[in-house]
Amino acid sequence: MAAISESSGILTAVSKPLRTNQEGNRPLLHGLWSLEVDISDRSKNIVAASNRPTNSKCIYQCRCIILFLGLALWGCSGQQSALEPSGEEAASVAQLFWAMLGGGAVIWLGLMALLATAIRGKLGPIDNRAATQLVFWGGAVLPSAALVGLLGYALWLMPGLRPFANSGAPQVIIEVTGRQFWWDVIYRLPGGVQFRTANEIVLPVGQRVEFSLKSTDVIHSFWIPSLAGKVDMIPGRTNRLSLVATKEGRFRGPCAEYCGTSHALMAVEVTSLPVQEFALWTERRKQPSPGVFAPGSELFEKHGCGSCHRVEGTSAASRFGPDLSHLGSRNTLGAGILPNTPETISSFIVRPDAIKPGTHMPAFDMLPPDDIRSIAVWLKGLE
Amino acid sequence: MNTRARSSAPPGKAQEQRLREVWRTPSGWRYWTSVNNVDVGIWYAGAAFAFMLFAGVLALIMRAQLAVPDNDLVSADFYNQAFTLHGTVMMFLFAVPIFEAIAIFLLPPMLGARELPFPRLGAFGFWSFLLGGVFVCGSIFFNAAPSSGWFMYPPLATDEKLSGIGADIWLLGLSFIEVASIAAAVEIIVGIMKCRAPGMRINLMPLFAWYLLVVAGMILFAFPPLIAGDILFELQRMFDWPFFDPARGGDPLLWQHLFWIFGHPEVYIIFLPAIALMAMIVPTFAQRPIVGYSWIVLAAVGTGFLSFGLWVHHMFTTGLPQISLAFFSAASAAVAIPTAVQIFVFIATMLAGRVVLSIPMLFGAGSIATFVIGGLTGVMVALAPFDWQAHDTYFVVGHLHYVLIGGMLFPVVAGIYYYFPLINARHLSVRWGKIAFWLMFTGLNVAFFPMHLTGLRGMPRRVFTYPGDLGWDWLNLMSTAGAYTFAAGVLIVVADIVRPKHGDPKSALNPWNAGTLEWISEPEEMWGVRSIPIVESRYPLWDQKNLVADVNAGRFYLPDVEEGRREGMVTSVLDAKPEQVIRVPATGGITMIAAVALAAVFLTLTFKWWLAASLAGFATLATILYWLWTGTAEIPKKAERDAGLGLVLPLYTSGPASVGWWAMFITMTGNSTGFASLVFGYFFYWTIHADFTAGATGPGLTWPLISVALFVLAWGTMMLARSLNANGSVGLMRTILVTSSVLAIAAAAAALAGPWLHRMDPVAHVYPAIVWVLVGWTVVHAGLGVIMQFYCLARSVAGRLTPTHDMDLRNTCLYWHFLALMAAISGAIMGLFPEVGG
Repeated sequence: MAAISESSGILTAVSKPLRTNQEGNRPLLHGLWSLEVDISDRSKNIVAASNRPTNSKCIYQCRCIILFLGLALWGCSGQQSALEPSGEEAASVAQLFWAMLGGGAVIWLGLMALLATAIRGKLGPIDNRAATQLVFWGGAVLPSAALVGLLGYALWLMPGLRPFANSGAPQVIIEVTGRQFWWDVIYRLPGGVQFRTANEIVLPVGQRVEFSLKSTDVIHSFWIPSLAGKVDMIPGRTNRLSLVATKEGRFRGPCAEYCGTSHALMAVEVTSLPVQEFALWTERRKQPSPGVFAPGSELFEKHGCGSCHRVEGTSAASRFGPDLSHLGSRNTLGAGILPNTPETISSFIVRPDAIKPGTHMPAFDMLPPDDIRSIAVWLKGLE
Repeated sequence: MNTRARSSAPPGKAQEQRLREVWRTPSGWRYWTSVNNVDVGIWYAGAAFAFMLFAGVLALIMRAQLAVPDNDLVSADFYNQAFTLHGTVMMFLFAVPIFEAIAIFLLPPMLGARELPFPRLGAFGFWSFLLGGVFVCGSIFFNAAPSSGWFMYPPLATDEKLSGIGADIWLLGLSFIEVASIAAAVEIIVGIMKCRAPGMRINLMPLFAWYLLVVAGMILFAFPPLIAGDILFELQRMFDWPFFDPARGGDPLLWQHLFWIFGHPEVYIIFLPAIALMAMIVPTFAQRPIVGYSWIVLAAVGTGFLSFGLWVHHMFTTGLPQISLAFFSAASAAVAIPTAVQIFVFIATMLAGRVVLSIPMLFGAGSIATFVIGGLTGVMVALAPFDWQAHDTYFVVGHLHYVLIGGMLFPVVAGIYYYFPLINARHLSVRWGKIAFWLMFTGLNVAFFPMHLTGLRGMPRRVFTYPGDLGWDWLNLMSTAGAYTFAAGVLIVVADIVRPKHGDPKSALNPWNAGTLEWISEPEEMWGVRSIPIVESRYPLWDQKNLVADVNAGRFYLPDVEEGRREGMVTSVLDAKPEQVIRVPATGGITMIAAVALAAVFLTLTFKWWLAASLAGFATLATILYWLWTGTAEIPKKAERDAGLGLVLPLYTSGPASVGWWAMFITMTGNSTGFASLVFGYFFYWTIHADFTAGATGPGLTWPLISVALFVLAWGTMMLARSLNANGSVGLMRTILVTSSVLAIAAAAAALAGPWLHRMDPVAHVYPAIVWVLVGWTVVHAGLGVIMQFYCLARSVAGRLTPTHDMDLRNTCLYWHFLALMAAISGAIMGLFPEVGG
């Protein structure tokens, strides 16, 4: 227990400057966190699934209660609406949508008026010639004209939406690889610097960034509705997307191509920061987290977590699972599905499949609960 | 014409009785051996409707799960099986088959025919469909249903661990059903082209027939690419051939292309027949002929063509170059134009007539109101930039349900209310019909309109649950409420259909005063038409005086029975000039046995019981040969038959005048489309790789070219055999036929020798794999060609194929034209390309 209090001390000490930096400027977004207290039925699932030998059963129940509270906050990670754009492309497309909606409504109402007239026979039977004229003008000429206009506008819009930088220009390139059911993220900064993270993306406001999108297992689709449209991640191919965030904010990006059992439980959290703050963020990400030296790392290594995960500054270096180097500073856990607390981390380690059916991470419910708790606290301390 | 008809001898009751006896449906358990289009049509429709209700229940379970956020009513895995089956069943087991059912039921009377030309093929299609459908649907009760989505994208669906046996059930079960669909398409095309009543020139055809002709043609070009895709897919799943595995040169996108080359036309395959029903209903209730007949026909044909040019709009987010996006955006938007023409034809017809707002018309109007919304959102998603946002979200779910329910289900329900008197001479309830309509109409809008907003607020499709604070909660709850309201409406329709109606008054012969021929016969009669009329108008019941009385008094063609056979008339394709009296098979269980045998093939393949599968394969072949031997190309006792009204027609024709030749031609057209899809795959791999062979050896130049040469020789000798037979040299013909078979076997061996001798390993890389597939396709078709040759030989020896009665031989020759062409193309491609072409 000493280890826990010690590490949480580090946790608070390290996190303080970051908190003020990231959230102090944005009380509005901070408010989002405290919004929801929702009763989640998903925890029942977990109780039902944790049908285990007696000595650990009690721990499960504790975990489940904790998780229950945790899940209440599930999903509070920013906005996900294409109709509230915070990016250039999303704004153009939202505008296109509203225009089409207006036009569509006019067409529909006109047609319905005509249909009502026809059914009620108010006009009296029109002659054959007039009827044929109606088919010609209403059915052929009018839609053709409308479509030519609309198509012209959309095609004119298209090339400007996703320009790609010339090979020489320095630009932030973010390589995102879709995995079942999480996102592997590699930042390639101008000047050859690169670092790795998972399930979180931070962007500079007002600067165009390019995404390089891949997959190593099945097809996923990368989509941040508030910023831009989606692009699929297809094994064997590398797709590109470029976008500009125009406002600061926190956004959520769900996987948009059905990718297996827990397709519904795969989202990425996206934060757009002013350029200087973005630079600070990347500076921190290039270094190992100060939290790695806290107690808990030896348990992490001892129990073999490093055979799938990587934590910068330790011997754990596998790329099989999500990179956990700065796990503690992420807002969510499990690819956007849980709030990030030592409790949720513990629950995830114990029975990941109860939270995320079909996940490739095995359950570690055979480990001593105290060890799990220590690992969770240590991981939460990796800010 | 009518004067002459009336002047002929008054037909007696005895004649009528004889005709009734010949067309009688057997009773007891033998009822199920019926092949008559009326019975098969009703079974088909009933089964399709039952599958629809099953898929609807799955949808209700899904909506219950999504009613509130973080729900755990069903597990993720069950939900995924449910949405996969919902889409699959609605598309493959309801939307397409229901129209084949309606077509089989309606076309003969509508065209003034007694039967479709191949009743046993129709029955075979039905039994295949039923068995395949039960197999696919039943899997969910064993927790083994496919769960990779109805689109089955690899690598998710090719991975054994991630997709399980469900994917095999999907692939094999649906391939089986696709066979049934193609069988029905062949039947429908030949029926429409060759079995119309005399005088019904192609420009006098009822619009329903026009639409069905277009749709069946589309099935012929749309389903084979999917079957080709299924073959590649199963080869990967069963034998690890890497067609979709990027690590070994494959590409998951090839499946998406093949799937959507099928999948988009599929939407119009579903939608056009619904419009066809509207095109029958609207003129009846406007009490005038349709306005702009040629406009609407052109629009239907145009939609059919365009629908093959816009599959890529399902792939706007796969990272294709902007130029393709622009092209396919334009093509997708363009399809709105013929659609608008069709809608305006209906509105103009209503404006030009006096509308009776009956229940069918109520559903028709509801269909226009909702389908137009689906059409407008369709134009929105046709634009690539908007689709980048909307794709794979609930916006698309909303869009497609407006299109399919508004554009397809409402017209079908309208059709049920309209045509119900044709089934048992009773009407469905008007009062309940109104309630059902308003429930369904409200339910549709409450369920699916909010989904557009849910989608734009970022909710992706195919999620088994969702978090609670993203602004989707109330929208989803509303959708669920709407779905259950809709279901209540459907339930009322079903209850009204199945309730006993013995007490209801019998409806009139033509209760809506419609103008087309299907309303000419009493529903109890199984003969289609009492006598085959001469048609002079698009709406003969309105324009031809005394037609009903004359037809039903037997004053037209073929009023009587000869030799106790079921007879119909074959007419020419464009002008419907009488050409032949065709004798169609009556009741028989062989089609059911064939379907069971074929079902056994697919079932055993699913579980990889190879031995059982090959036994079942032989059983299928044997059954089909028996079926052909006993029921086709029969030599009549006398050459000609007096059809009445002074018209004497032959009883036997071969070559392009016969329906069998057309069936072969149409089947092989579809078959060639499948082959073309595989060739497309070959070149697709070439385009995506700098070196498509990845350094692997090809089959060389020699063996493929030897194989082509031998195939051409075999084809030449086959043609020689046909002319020898026609000249009466039967003995020499038999020798030449055997020679041709030997050459064909040698050609197939040479085709195999190329990749075999060069040790091409299909597991190692996609290049050898696709080469083996092309070779395999050729060899299998050569094998069928040889079987046909031996069949002809046997028929000749048995005296069932003579110099004057050579239908089998000519159909085999027609097959061989296609075979030689396919063999030449595949040989040339493998031998010359990329080796020579670089």
